[in-house]
Amino acid sequence: MATVKRTVEVELSTTGLDARGRPQRVPLVTDQEGNLVPVNAAPAVEPELEGEHMLINIGPQHPATHGVLRLVLELDGETVVRCIPHIGYLHCGFEKIGEYRQYNQIIPWTDREDYLNSPGNNVAFALGAERLFGIEITERCKVLRVIASELSRLISHCVWLGTFCIDIGAFTPFLWIFQQRERVYTMLESWIGARMTTTLTRVGGMGADIPDGWTEDLANFIRTFPRVLDECSAVLTKNGIWVGRMVGVGAMSADEAVNYGLSGPLLRASGVAYDVRKDFPYLDYETYDFDVPVGQAGDVYDRYLVRMEEMRQCIRILDQALKRLPDGPVNVSDHRVILPPKSKAMSDMESMIHHFKQVMEGPRPPIGEAYVAVESPKGEKGYYMVSDGTSKPVRWRIRPPSFVNLSAIPRMVEGHLLSDVIAINASIDIVMGEIDR
Amino acid sequence: MGLDRLDTRRTDTGVEYVPSSQESWVTTKLDFLVNWGRANSLWPMPFGTACCAIEFMATAASKFDLARFGMERMSFSPRQADVLICAGRVPFKLAPVLRRIWMQMPQPKWCISMGACASSGGMFDNYAVVQGIDTIIPVDVYVPGCPPRPEGLMYGIMMLQQKVMRERMADKSLRHEIEPDPSSQLYIAPPLIDELSEPFGNSIHQTRSGL
Amino acid sequence: MSADFTPVLAGRAAGGNVPAPVTPKNVPYRDGTANPSADALRARFGTTVSRVDVVWGETTVIVDAPRVNEIVRWLHDDPTQRYDYLVDVTAVEYRDLERPIEVVWHLRSLPFRRFIRLKALLQKGQPLEVPSVWDIYKGADWMERECFDMFGIRFVGHPDLRRILMWEQYKEGFPLRKDFPLRGRFSRSEQLRQILSQNPEAKYSMEEISIAEAFEDLPADVRARLGSGEPVGE
Repeated sequence: MATVKRTVEVELSTTGLDARGRPQRVPLVTDQEGNLVPVNAAPAVEPELEGEHMLINIGPQHPATHGVLRLVLELDGETVVRCIPHIGYLHCGFEKIGEYRQYNQIIPWTDREDYLNSPGNNVAFALGAERLFGIEITERCKVLRVIASELSRLISHCVWLGTFCIDIGAFTPFLWIFQQRERVYTMLESWIGARMTTTLTRVGGMGADIPDGWTEDLANFIRTFPRVLDECSAVLTKNGIWVGRMVGVGAMSADEAVNYGLSGPLLRASGVAYDVRKDFPYLDYETYDFDVPVGQAGDVYDRYLVRMEEMRQCIRILDQALKRLPDGPVNVSDHRVILPPKSKAMSDMESMIHHFKQVMEGPRPPIGEAYVAVESPKGEKGYYMVSDGTSKPVRWRIRPPSFVNLSAIPRMVEGHLLSDVIAINASIDIVMGEIDR
Repeated sequence: MGLDRLDTRRTDTGVEYVPSSQESWVTTKLDFLVNWGRANSLWPMPFGTACCAIEFMATAASKFDLARFGMERMSFSPRQADVLICAGRVPFKLAPVLRRIWMQMPQPKWCISMGACASSGGMFDNYAVVQGIDTIIPVDVYVPGCPPRPEGLMYGIMMLQQKVMRERMADKSLRHEIEPDPSSQLYIAPPLIDELSEPFGNSIHQTRSGL
Repeated sequence: MSADFTPVLAGRAAGGNVPAPVTPKNVPYRDGTANPSADALRARFGTTVSRVDVVWGETTVIVDAPRVNEIVRWLHDDPTQRYDYLVDVTAVEYRDLERPIEVVWHLRSLPFRRFIRLKALLQKGQPLEVPSVWDIYKGADWMERECFDMFGIRFVGHPDLRRILMWEQYKEGFPLRKDFPLRGRFSRSEQLRQILSQNPEAKYSMEEISIAEAFEDLPADVRARLGSGEPVGE
């Protein structure tokens, strides 16, 4: 069959290539005769031409995701249409391992899940285990635990402030605030021997009593820390860039926040005055005089203000705790849970047997279960333990505040810009160790 | 295979490099210059996952200052980094991410495994955690501790600097990229991985639940 | 102190006669005072409530599994109960092989400052299914996904029940079950091999890939397999 070669001249109705170098698409519509013809309309009124949505992946390795969090964002230009978070990149089987460890052996594990709040987690677990055992701790132990919890809250908020500033773009407060953390680390190290993963408590008491001169160090710290906060606040709080990036961003209403199960400063910034220390107190927190800051707008700026104020309230509680620290024993004298003093264990037969049983088998609580929640810097931290009478729990459940807080991030970032996603993520204050466990 | 490795000898102040007679003054000086440049400006890529990452941040902060080692420029993009500091525990879900980051780093590259969990799985001997990142990527320096003190990490960094100073351009085996087996993606034989990951000593008793 | 704040002194404003909260001391092991909601539940739901326990001052109400959504909705909506805060959804499996798996809901009433634990028992031989409370509390979304991931319990009515902590193609099983060994079912090298040899695209869910531009470029059979929910990785 013979073919005929023809040259056809076609006039393009577009400029040919779009900004990304691909052929510009021209929509076709049907005219009166039923033929498909291109529409010669200005781009603004072209019908049925949707913008393409981009799928981008942030993480799991990224400096601004506060750990190994992976966010998949659907973007329309620079605006987030949808956010799908992926977690589990730090899942290390804590709850499974808890079933294979005695109660005192689990305490080092509580350090590692929320590693910014190690003393606080130790206290929370010890309270839960003591509820399960039915032990009342001594007065000195209670006050020491309040000191540990509040110091821990303080340094956790310091990390939050430092990393939050870096995410927004201000590098200097990070250095100022980490210097203060080093001071607290030195104090913790002189108390228990470790800077960060402290393993501070034991079931029925503490790992060690505070050394001589420690109260003077703490008093000195309480006196000088507020000045550093004032310095950071002076640079940030009324700063135009700071306020501009944070006001109105990521707001959650109070009802929604409660329905999502949020807790901690995130919930309080939305106007809900729920603090476990006030509503379901532990360690005699009702006898301390402190305020709980509550925000109004629920946006990132309110969360910042709430946490800054909480740090000042921590100092207030620490001051009161230091003044009321009583003398006396730190550990209960219950031989079922606390090791006898070495002098007795080496001389008295019964003490030696108690020592042996506790070390080899571990203390055994009665059959039962207990859920104890504390106010961690991230929110309501709960430990749910189920015992079947043996020395290792049947189930050790960690109720992680960051896990529940993070589940609301798709709701918080909808409609915001990409850089707001980073700000919102930082304002939730997540710790992946706690989320993934 | 490169030059013979038996050209270092131990003295009481450390390890001394005794060059074999084939190398000339020019190449050794060039080696020294290149290694000096690399060792004193190692740009770290902090692959920080857990608690060790916080101690790494504390090491970079003012009290323990990494800037004096030339390492204050943290590179979160692997393309611009020299040393991957794996700080924290690496679960199996994160293992392909770590392998990918390592592959994305251009040579010359080194790896510091910071902490017990990155070096050997640490206290996490369970279904979820990789028992040592050296089963996935090659490691140059292991820093023990849980978490290691900042001084410990700095000692590890200085050890890496000494290792870098001892390198020689003529030794081609140094800058050799790992090639994992295409089907299994492992670069160490599976029986060896299993043998290294087995619990030993007192760890064996810790896999009992209940009594 | 910052001038922007009116400090709030005593926690959330309580409705009605709610006593000021104190730290519980000398909590009895058994026979403590039950949460009044337990009696209200018994009155409202009758035999659906099979047992009420008070252990260490905490009230546990054991209910029938199929009616959990109804019960939780009543606890949430009823003006005398107002359990507006879902603390936790989790599960417990006992070492005793005969005992059923318990699914546990922890609820708080913030206005009345109450805490209650609901449990549903699931026999091990049958499929582990329980109604979801996602339509009542949005916070149940991830908690139920984690419970599914760790125990294999299906929450009927959950919009997107897939694994959350382990990767979606995880083959070894459900980690927190008692028949799952601590170090996993496979050897270490096999675990590494399984995770390292997966296709990176398998890490995106169907929803995500359909957003991406590249969806049209995928071969037709891959698109079909993605559409049917099959894992594209190995």
